[in-house]
Amino acid sequence: MEPPSAHLASLAKNKELQPWGSQGCSAWHPERRAGAEATESGAQEKAQGKAREQWGDPLQFIFTCISYSVGLGNVWRFPYLCQMYGGGSFLVPYLIMLVVEGMPLLYLELAVGQRMRQGSIGAWRAISPYLGGVGMASIVVSFFLSLYYNVVNTWSLWYFFHSFQDPLPWSICPLNGNLTGYVEECEKASSTQYFWYRKTLNISPSIQDSGAVQWEPALCLILAWMVVFLCTLRGAETTGKVAYFTALLPYCVLIIYLVRGLTLHGATNGLMYMFTPKVEQLANPKTWINAATQIFFSLGLGFGSLIAFASYNEPSNNCQKHTIIVSLVNSASSIFASVVTFSIYGFKATFNYENCLNKVILLLINSFDLEDGTVTASNLEQVKDYLASTYPSKYSEVLPHMQNCSLESELDTAVQGTGLAFIVYTEAIKNMEVPQLWSVLYFAMLLTLGVGSMLGNTMGILTPLTDSKVISSYLPKEAISGLLCFVNCAIGLLFTMEAGSYWFDIFNDYAATLSLLLIVLVETVAVCYVYGLRRFGAELKAMTGCALNWYWKTMWAFVSPLLIVGLFFFYLTDYILSGTPQYQAWDATQGQLVTKDYPTYSLAFIGLLIGSSIMCIPLAALGTFVMHRLRKGDRTSTA
Amino acid sequence: MLWLFFFLVTVIHAELCQPDAENAFKVRLSIRTALGDKAYVWDTNEEYLFRAMVAFSMRKVPNRETTEISHVLLCNVTQRVSFWFVVTDPSKNHTLPADEVQSAIRMNRNRINNVFFLNDQTLEFLKIPSTLAPPTDPSIPIWIIIFGVIFCIVIVATTLLILSGIRQRRRKNKGSSEVDDIEEKLESMGTLANSVPCDSLDMKGGHINDIFMTEDERLTPL
Repeated sequence: MEPPSAHLASLAKNKELQPWGSQGCSAWHPERRAGAEATESGAQEKAQGKAREQWGDPLQFIFTCISYSVGLGNVWRFPYLCQMYGGGSFLVPYLIMLVVEGMPLLYLELAVGQRMRQGSIGAWRAISPYLGGVGMASIVVSFFLSLYYNVVNTWSLWYFFHSFQDPLPWSICPLNGNLTGYVEECEKASSTQYFWYRKTLNISPSIQDSGAVQWEPALCLILAWMVVFLCTLRGAETTGKVAYFTALLPYCVLIIYLVRGLTLHGATNGLMYMFTPKVEQLANPKTWINAATQIFFSLGLGFGSLIAFASYNEPSNNCQKHTIIVSLVNSASSIFASVVTFSIYGFKATFNYENCLNKVILLLINSFDLEDGTVTASNLEQVKDYLASTYPSKYSEVLPHMQNCSLESELDTAVQGTGLAFIVYTEAIKNMEVPQLWSVLYFAMLLTLGVGSMLGNTMGILTPLTDSKVISSYLPKEAISGLLCFVNCAIGLLFTMEAGSYWFDIFNDYAATLSLLLIVLVETVAVCYVYGLRRFGAELKAMTGCALNWYWKTMWAFVSPLLIVGLFFFYLTDYILSGTPQYQAWDATQGQLVTKDYPTYSLAFIGLLIGSSIMCIPLAALGTFVMHRLRKGDRTSTA
Repeated sequence: MLWLFFFLVTVIHAELCQPDAENAFKVRLSIRTALGDKAYVWDTNEEYLFRAMVAFSMRKVPNRETTEISHVLLCNVTQRVSFWFVVTDPSKNHTLPADEVQSAIRMNRNRINNVFFLNDQTLEFLKIPSTLAPPTDPSIPIWIIIFGVIFCIVIVATTLLILSGIRQRRRKNKGSSEVDDIEEKLESMGTLANSVPCDSLDMKGGHINDIFMTEDERLTPL
């Protein structure tokens, strides 16, 4: 710590230096200065002297990280992967990837944020002035994510509001014009699919037919953004307190659902089927790749949010311990959520299977005039054989109408994403007792999971904006938050149009995947090789007191970057080999999804999405290089 | 002669009520599915009750108020339980048109169901579509009410937070304007170091340590 007088003399020099780094030193200077030079740079002094806001409680930091990482992906993607790639044996590659990739990269981001005490742009500029682009790329990706992620919250809100009715609107089909039957689209599909595709999305047959903005989802979107604004408007102060709620409520609901789910009829079918390990899947490279990808995206790396969270920490905070806590809690939540999901699957599959059997029984007793109640599920096969032998001609007439009922095929229907949350789960809920209660609980859980992740995202964008002196001198913090929420809401209205769900799928599949891999790769390489692993380790030790042991060093320097490069190449080759991207469109006449090709302008948009975030890195580096050249030219000309 | 007459009548009746006969309807009951253990046995008394209900429904139709139970004929009762029925006119020579019977049954479907403790799915009249219950739409959809409540709560909370933020900032500005006044006072006293005027320091022979003047090394060069 230099003595005050010396620093006064050097203040005048500070103005010449680059605009970065000045706030990073603020931790070491006393609050107020008096003196002539202080008054000259008085405004700058005050900005430096003002302490960075902090979490009210270290627990708020942990809860904010947990509520950010534990999001919708834990509930609707992990169970799908677990089911597709070997059931119980998927846990092996998952846990290995957690140790090799998840924990090291999480620690890296938290350590960088805590050390640099700035948002993503400032933090990476402090690592190296050419790497401000990494922060900008993070902001662009976060912006894209916040655009479409809040649309999911909109849909959750919509379903939540509709859960307070008896009967639930997705449990029955609406009647047609002359009240003799149900609407045709609803008959061909199911009532839950009809409610999702027609009543919620009002989906158009293809991405080219944009249709009009639907006012009902638009209202819900505006409400969703107002909630986000309310929670982020004061920065870490309000977000930290909301995090208690958004982190804990999902667990309460999951526990209630676990108890209810395990007591449902047929739940054990689902659990046994899904968790039985299929060890041969371990030899499939896709299993390992999907495990790595899931860990990577589930923790929310590369968005700049984790850096923003850690920047509000006290410098002496033990972020190594917190890393381990957050990553273990995240993975445990995924596994916990998949137990609940599989028991619900089992219930739904058993219910559908028994329905199918009942339909076959009804068909048989109607065609052959057998006494009602004599044919049950247990003697169905014997009755079928008896009828086939006694009345062969009539039986062969009836046979084409008989469905083949199989419990395995019902259990095998693997769904992920919005289809799981809004179609499969709602179908299971409508068959439970007191469905309104379960529906309200479930959608409240989805809302808190989604809002928790949204808050983290928004903070990842807001922190660099409020740190930047240019913007924060014109606008107060509340106005920046409000402006960001307003812009996001206005653009998000595009997702409430009739073709909005197709654009949502584009964003979901392409906006964040490749860019994040590249961003995190550059981050790891920057810290280890540009800034220096030894230097960073020494600074961490000075700051927190915990040294970097060999595990963190090997992972950061070699294993994690290699893994990310591998994932990156896999994704690229996958995109190139799979040809023209296609999408699933809803065909109202058939009542099912059909595959269609993307039109050219959609493909161009996809390229723009990916390119706009990735190009930030080289462009910013180039820009800084050019500016330094110019300044050096100025200096040599004025000297 | 009388036997011959009765024989003729039963033959005519038999011809009137046959599976797929003109104006005949098939009925199917699933008593065990509906009632489980409390299921009753379908015997001739139940059939009598059924015929009475059909006659009752027909009597509600204008011009058919004289329909008697004996005008309703049942045939082909199976174990399922299913059977065919027709309604004849008072002369018992021909059957009433299907449309009339259909509309009569549709209007009284609920009463018929309730008599047998069954519903539209377990007491089926094939070829007579049941009128589904119209949806009860409240005047204002419920979801808008809940949306309105939550929207108002969020707006109130946001306004409170913004107002308290503005108030805090005003207080800070007032506080810092006081600080500014103090600073101006100090400035007028000349350069200070630790609240001691610098000029006095120089005169008393203070030293300036040159080592701390060079700052360049600390900052990472480009």
